[in-house]
Amino acid sequence: MSADKGMEVSIAASVAAKLARVEAVAAYPITPQTHIVEHLAEIVANGELDAAYINVESEHSAMSACVGASATGARTFTSTSAQGMELMHEILFIASGMRLPIVMASVNRALSSPLSIWGDHSDVMAARDTGWIMLFTENGQEVVDSIIMAFKIAEDRRVLLPAMVNLDGFSLSHVIEPIQFPSQEDVDRFLPPYAPLYTLHPDKPVTMGAYAMPELYTEAKYSQEIAIRNSKAVIKEVMEQFSKDFGRKYNIVETYNIEKADTVFMALGSINENIKTAIDLLKDNGKELGLVAPRLFRPFPADELVEVLKTKKKLAVFERVMPGGAMNGPLYNEIASMVVQNGLDLQLENYIFGLGGRDVEPEELIDVFEQISTSAKITHADNKNYGVIGVRS
Amino acid sequence: MAKPMDQYKWHELTVGCVIEEVGNAMEYKTGDWRSSKPVWNREKCTKCGLCWLFCPDAAIHQSDEGYYYADLDYCKGCGICARECKPGAITMVEEER
Repeated sequence: MSADKGMEVSIAASVAAKLARVEAVAAYPITPQTHIVEHLAEIVANGELDAAYINVESEHSAMSACVGASATGARTFTSTSAQGMELMHEILFIASGMRLPIVMASVNRALSSPLSIWGDHSDVMAARDTGWIMLFTENGQEVVDSIIMAFKIAEDRRVLLPAMVNLDGFSLSHVIEPIQFPSQEDVDRFLPPYAPLYTLHPDKPVTMGAYAMPELYTEAKYSQEIAIRNSKAVIKEVMEQFSKDFGRKYNIVETYNIEKADTVFMALGSINENIKTAIDLLKDNGKELGLVAPRLFRPFPADELVEVLKTKKKLAVFERVMPGGAMNGPLYNEIASMVVQNGLDLQLENYIFGLGGRDVEPEELIDVFEQISTSAKITHADNKNYGVIGVRS
Repeated sequence: MAKPMDQYKWHELTVGCVIEEVGNAMEYKTGDWRSSKPVWNREKCTKCGLCWLFCPDAAIHQSDEGYYYADLDYCKGCGICARECKPGAITMVEEER
């Protein structure tokens, strides 16, 4: 284990891909993902990594090239953001349907229009039902570790599904953080070479991505659904193994200060560090509030969330995406469905925040947290469902 | 395919629905999509082979005498052969089932 190294998180993400010994990369640059693929291109060009770096004309082609590369049995990596993710959208379903363990660093950014290069979760949430495994990260170390874990999860014979490691654009991708890189030997031990089940090879021809008539499509999609549902056990296993091998503990659901708290918060991504700061500040004033942070979003870890939430009274879900006409944000909708199906007695609140890169400081969170924990039921000015933090009206 | 499509259970499918048995599309007889079939008039046929060349399903074969015929297990009745036949030797004849 090497010492901490100050590094931009994007650069660290590309070093993680190198440590995972990726064999094929196809990507198209888009802010705020650019530094990841730029640095990977450098690593490959310098001969530090023996990989095919496929230059393409769009994200649609990038993901298509990844599908082809992965089908030949190569460990395949890509990265994108926002509009790039949208342009990949069609192929995202093809990658998961063909059960190809591609790993993507998804640098979360707002979708146009209005045009914004800044961070929020509208890109990943629009891709949430593409059949990809989805991990969320809070800091640079988690990005590095999650990329390495993502390959092990995706390539497991019991899984064989693509995986997305989500990191917030700018607030994570462009900050310099202390990172501990595992040694190449340790990564090699943790992540052996990819042993594909099927490959496109002239010696043993197969057909991949064929047509399914109505008689077969339902069974095909059902088997894929079972695979992503069952992947949760493997994800837990891999996180446990990682904790053992590298000493950094990972769980599919993380908690912070929930023991004495009746009211808990939930969010995905880097805002959780601000939420923890706000929780600490409130604790200093004698108020006990907690955080439940799903590190895994797909498959949705409902059982594990029920376990930590069943004794709580109130849960406020914070999301970096506009519901787009839905009753609430996508994470809240999952939670509401979980609460109903498990008969939990949990009061729910939903907040939208941090859209298009708007900062939400711990102080602002404290005001909202105090209101949530002290009011019986919050009524929002123009909408009975969710509140929008900081919107000027 | 080991058995008809509608008899497969979800757990009997290969991962990613990979087809391990190359060329098994032959087992899927698409001829029942057809509503009309090509009929050759041997008096007009010059054995030029354009019908064979244009058939998108490779369902047209040549007999020992050099005349062409359609394999009705696969011919979908698209009529491209009849349209391309220069001497007009092929007529599409409606079928009733």
